[in-house]
Amino acid sequence: MVAVLAASAVATVPFVPVAAAQQQGKVLRVALTTGIDHLNPFTAQLAASTQVGRFNYEFLTLPSAEDTQPTGGVAESWKTSDDKLTWTFTIRQGMKWSDGKPVTAQDPAYTFQRMLDDENARTANGSYVTNFASVSAPDDKTLVIKTKAPQSSMTSLDVPIVPKHIWEPIKDLNAPSTDEMAVVGVGSGPYLLTEYKKNEFVKFKANKDYWRGAPKVDELQLLQFKDAEAAVNALKQGEVDVINRLTPTQFDALKGEKNITTNKAPGRRYNELIINFGVKNVLDQPIGDGNPILKDVRVRKAIAQAIDTETIVQKVMNGYGQPGTGVVPPIYKAYTWTPSDAEKVKFDIAAANATLDQAGYAKGADGIRVAPGGAKLEFRLAGHANRPFDQRTAQFVSGWLKDIGIGVKQELVSDDELDDRTTAGNYDLAISGYGTSPDPDYALSLNTCAGRPNAEGNGGSSSTFFCDPRYEDLYKKQLTEFDPAKRAELVKQAQAVLAGEYVDVILDYDNVLEAYRSDKFSSFTKQPQPDGAILEQSGYWGVYGATPADSAAGAEESGNTGLWIGIGAVVLVVLVGGGVLLGRRGKSADDRE
Amino acid sequence: MKRESARPKAPLSRWQGALPAHGDRDDLVVPCRRDRGRGFTDKRQRTALTEALSSLDQTPALVDPDERRGGTGTARFVLSKIGGALASLALVVVLGFFLFRTLPGDPVRFMVRDRPTDPKMMAELREQMGVDKPLLRQFWDYVVGLLQGDMGVSYLQRRPVFDMVGERLWPTILLVGSATVLAVLLGLWLGVRAGWRRGSRFDKVQTGLALTLWSVPQFWLGLMLLVASNGLFPSRGMHSPDVEPGFFSEGLDVLHHLVLPCVTLLVVFYAQYMLVMRSSLIGEMNSDYLTTARAKGLRDDLVRKRHAVPNALLPTVTLVFMQFGMVVSGAVSVEAVFSWPGLGQLLYEALRGPDLPVLQGVFVTLAGAVVLMNLLAELLYRVLDPRVRTA
Repeated sequence: MVAVLAASAVATVPFVPVAAAQQQGKVLRVALTTGIDHLNPFTAQLAASTQVGRFNYEFLTLPSAEDTQPTGGVAESWKTSDDKLTWTFTIRQGMKWSDGKPVTAQDPAYTFQRMLDDENARTANGSYVTNFASVSAPDDKTLVIKTKAPQSSMTSLDVPIVPKHIWEPIKDLNAPSTDEMAVVGVGSGPYLLTEYKKNEFVKFKANKDYWRGAPKVDELQLLQFKDAEAAVNALKQGEVDVINRLTPTQFDALKGEKNITTNKAPGRRYNELIINFGVKNVLDQPIGDGNPILKDVRVRKAIAQAIDTETIVQKVMNGYGQPGTGVVPPIYKAYTWTPSDAEKVKFDIAAANATLDQAGYAKGADGIRVAPGGAKLEFRLAGHANRPFDQRTAQFVSGWLKDIGIGVKQELVSDDELDDRTTAGNYDLAISGYGTSPDPDYALSLNTCAGRPNAEGNGGSSSTFFCDPRYEDLYKKQLTEFDPAKRAELVKQAQAVLAGEYVDVILDYDNVLEAYRSDKFSSFTKQPQPDGAILEQSGYWGVYGATPADSAAGAEESGNTGLWIGIGAVVLVVLVGGGVLLGRRGKSADDRE
Repeated sequence: MKRESARPKAPLSRWQGALPAHGDRDDLVVPCRRDRGRGFTDKRQRTALTEALSSLDQTPALVDPDERRGGTGTARFVLSKIGGALASLALVVVLGFFLFRTLPGDPVRFMVRDRPTDPKMMAELREQMGVDKPLLRQFWDYVVGLLQGDMGVSYLQRRPVFDMVGERLWPTILLVGSATVLAVLLGLWLGVRAGWRRGSRFDKVQTGLALTLWSVPQFWLGLMLLVASNGLFPSRGMHSPDVEPGFFSEGLDVLHHLVLPCVTLLVVFYAQYMLVMRSSLIGEMNSDYLTTARAKGLRDDLVRKRHAVPNALLPTVTLVFMQFGMVVSGAVSVEAVFSWPGLGQLLYEALRGPDLPVLQGVFVTLAGAVVLMNLLAELLYRVLDPRVRTA
């Protein structure tokens, strides 16, 4: 009897927090499967940390939820001078920091000026201001930014605007105190930071005075998970409400679950197969040990013809992707390049064989083609050893290339090793991929001459080592073209030029796979609408628009918990009782022996 | 000088030999001080003693093992052990630095991946991180910093490594410590029971169970426990965001979070303590001093508790210390499954990048812990086993 009482007491006490927590409908719990380094928006670099800054601080302007086109934030409206070098932003009136002080033009001016003056302030978002000539606030309503050269990303500066009166006295932005609530607790975004437990969770409260209107939930929690399977399990058990970065397998497993809604959205990432076309560094000196046969554009074209992107989407991605075309994913509709019939590379093994036949690469006795000099068409294919996508894609690509008489040696290596090889040009074919931003400038910049590494092999940001005068010309023009339609046309042309040289084959665009508890939340604001993602948007729309469901599931939850408390008590009784019995038996047995 | 040769093997090699532990363990057959002086009635026993002693050196055999030896000997012993430990640590620092430099990967490229960056920014980052300096210069900076308690600044997080290691150290100590204590207690208890009644059903079932659990992958077991407990225990971290502040409620909350990771570690690790305890007890089972004890009319469990177990405990105690490093490394996967904010997690995260200062910091800390445990084991062994003292 005593054992039963003791056991039920032990069983009940610790379970109260979880049970109680599940009954409050107005808390939004988000599972984070990536880490947080800082809350300080100047130094926060990891994906999850930049999200924290997005919830806590309003931007000058930000991509809209509807179509990712710029919309007003701290700035109400903006205009640019005729020479495209001077930008004048009109600051929204009536916005307040959470400590009650008004938001004025001094705040964005200070934020950008600090980034210009202090290298530590440039850690996270420095690239947005390298082209700034000056920043000023002639009055509290007006912000003027002058740039050295025209910059088209001026309406999508992904920089959280911080309160000048809080940050100005802080000398060292790397100081640990800049992650504390006294500093980052003052914000202007839809949610305000209230608590940060390092390596565990971040808590926000709803900003009741938010200028767009208060969010519908009272509290937002970002909970860190290091293991994706554990996070999926937590969603099933109602410990978290939203989860993203699911694998196709996890996503399929969650599809049939009760009270869970899955969300498949177009993603910002593309996967590509890069081809070493005789790469050079920024000084135009050849580097690496790429196979010289790949310098022949006809061989590269044949490889592109032999890759079936549709099969990769269906068989490798389980259908959770879209076949690739250009470097700008279709989530950014305005800038996505759709090849014309003439430009389109169709999957056609016969045509690929014909291309190689015409180019004079005859098949040898073993079915592998031989170049005129006698060298075999055998290429190395590098990929990430730990990525299922690379493993399976490598199999498919090897099979297709074998069909056109090209031998493939698969070399799947660690991420860092692969990075070393591709940076040094030590590859023939390699599987790579990048996440892109709403502004097409970044995706295009991955293929400019200036992105190639320097003579020491450092400083490279290029994905393909591409360097082509036509592409450079289009790239520079789109940077200074401010008419959206004309700029989009230039961006598409640049992608067509890139595709025409066959230095890479865009394999697919990954879907974003997410899931949420539909018994707790009925809807979220997606970006773009209507089929976009909930989390990791360019902005705060998803969590800001979270709408709690009518809480009818509460009773069932508590019943469930009660049941489990009961079962826990029974198990404990059995264990304790069994232990006591066993102990007794053991003793008597000892005595007998 | 002659005595040096008679010193028993260092504990590290000792426990490795202890696992099979049936035949060649003549050193443990020697009765310890609990039995010394109780008189040797049996002739066979006396012969065994003589033989055992003759395998040692002759001179120390005449010295009373109970006599505390002079301060100079002990001090020299302790100092030489501490010196050895420091030398190992120095080697760890040097190795850690150069070993991690051979890892592939460019931290700067990793940091700026998928984010708009220009070459100027990257050069700035490189300069901030100090990776543009020559290697030997970096090493010098590192060593000088380390001597001042500065482990450098993380490449990826831009925070002092010392702070990062510090805030992760306590969760790991809590998890590894509680799991080790429980595993040792459970392992010793089961090992003694199983060994004493060797071949019984209890022995067979428990040994089989322990061996099965020992071979289960920790991350898999952790996930299974998570699924099976069906939300009874929290699935992540050490703290719940919904707990009221207060010592009692927060303490309970941490305990609540600790259950699953601790059970996972415990269940996998208790087997080795149990098996070593079992086999070393079996090694003592046929010793003559036990026959003596029984002949004196002692109850069976008194024979076990007072005579057999204390002598059989030595290899297990050594193992507890030696295994500390193993348990810490085992915590890496358990910490990952339960998102426990410990050192294992930090190490795992730092390998991506690679975040060299963090890797070095964790490496030095973990290696330091193992060296410290080794040192403690050697010192403790001297206390526990009189023969080490006389040697």
